[in-house]
Amino acid sequence: MIRALGWVLRRDLLLVFRRRGDVVNALVFFVIVVSLFPLGVGPEASQLRNMAPGVLWVAALLACMLSLARLFAPDHQDGTLEQMLLAGEPLVVLVMGKVMAHWLVSGLPLVLMAPLLGLQFDLPGDALAVLCVALLIGTPVLSLIGAVGAALTLGVRGSGALVALLVLPLYVPVLIFGAGAVAATAAGTGAEAHLLLLGGFLALALVLAPWASAAALRIAME
Amino acid sequence: MNWQSWQEFLTMGGYGLYVWGSYVVTLVILAAEIVALVMRRRGVIASLTKYYAARRRNHEAKA
Amino acid sequence: MSTSKRFSWFYFSSPQTFYPLAGRLQPWFAALAVLLCAAGLYISFFVAPTDAQQGEAYRIIFIHVPAAWMSMFIYLVMGFWCGVGLVFNTRLSSMWATALAPTGALFTFIALWTGALWGKPTWGTWWVWDARLTSELILLFLYIGFMALQAAIDDQRRADKAGAVLALVGVINIPIIYFSVQWWSTLHQGASVSMKSAPSMAATMLIGMLIMALGFWMYSIAAALARVRCVILERERHTEWVMAEMGERT
Repeated sequence: MIRALGWVLRRDLLLVFRRRGDVVNALVFFVIVVSLFPLGVGPEASQLRNMAPGVLWVAALLACMLSLARLFAPDHQDGTLEQMLLAGEPLVVLVMGKVMAHWLVSGLPLVLMAPLLGLQFDLPGDALAVLCVALLIGTPVLSLIGAVGAALTLGVRGSGALVALLVLPLYVPVLIFGAGAVAATAAGTGAEAHLLLLGGFLALALVLAPWASAAALRIAME
Repeated sequence: MNWQSWQEFLTMGGYGLYVWGSYVVTLVILAAEIVALVMRRRGVIASLTKYYAARRRNHEAKA
Repeated sequence: MSTSKRFSWFYFSSPQTFYPLAGRLQPWFAALAVLLCAAGLYISFFVAPTDAQQGEAYRIIFIHVPAAWMSMFIYLVMGFWCGVGLVFNTRLSSMWATALAPTGALFTFIALWTGALWGKPTWGTWWVWDARLTSELILLFLYIGFMALQAAIDDQRRADKAGAVLALVGVINIPIIYFSVQWWSTLHQGASVSMKSAPSMAATMLIGMLIMALGFWMYSIAAALARVRCVILERERHTEWVMAEMGERT
């Protein structure tokens, strides 16, 4: 089973490596969206500092969601997904591998990019560190929940906007506690409770999401 | 009785807009749902009738 | 061969047997709805006393709270029947869940609308970001997502099952979302602006709300029964019994 996981992971990463443009697109989207907000509300530093956690997290949500189109659809189109369903390996394992690859490509770059953008918003150093940790724990949850949405809308017309509609309400708890962690650090109160809760969400998502995605994939493919 | 006059009832102590805005809109929404259901049923029956008529004609043409 | 009529739990689980049952039940639930809502409205306007702090504006609570209760309740019931449909592979369970969704969404909207109209005179703004209203807003998105997903998928059985998975995921998430929003709202606003700081419940107010809630519940069942009859006719058009129903010879 681990071998199957490794195989799926390697294959997805290899495929992404061949089209590096996709990765860069999501990252650039993240940067652009974050940069739009100061243009919209004005450059006043204290206002930006207050807004920063929310803005950075919302942009991360949107960037993660955009890249969900790449998760199952290409494999569905060229028939690989059907082979995965027919293979002897548990579908849950294969889904986990794809989600891990998705996070490495779409989530992890956001974690690395976020501190730089946080500097644009004049966030203090400790808040930046908490931002990184919170994104590190939170973005896998986004990928996991997003996988369920992507599986449900596989091959459906207009699935881009539909995935957003399905998945964004489910992202709300991650957003609240992720942004809350950074805001709490910036305000001086501790962020431990937030981070622990995010960890709890991650644990729950790790258990439930691959299973739900696999069920949705089977429904989509029958 | 809470109200001394029709006037009082309608203005709701100055909050008439909010109270009646709530009750009336709720009533309108629920009534609209009922109307939509009636129309949906009529539409279904009409489309089924058409469908069966076309099917019947098709069978007779083949026979 | 034994011809005894044994009662089976699954007798009414086929669209063919449920259709006439729904038709017979529907007027009763509609009548109950009218009676209970009339009683509730009477209590809300003529029995419940004026509130000292909020004046007459608080009377909106007799619609806002029951609608909010119904919106949550219907979603849970919808999730339940979606689960039954997935596990037992019964078409009717999915049809019933699909029939419930629009009514639930409408009650969610009513809760939001009345919440806004209650918030304005009481707390000064048209939208109050308190825990309940914000959770209702997210619930509305969940309903719309369910209906949009089912509408977007052409294959009927796939639409049923995909919607069911989504609804179940939603049911699991609702407590998490509610808890998160609750925490978020107390952190950012403090206890001053909260719809929970409604007038302390006089007994008449509580009874009025309960009766309105029951009335809304009966209405939801009546509306869903009417809707599911339409859904059954639409989906089962190829069967002999529907043709017989419409007066066609096979």
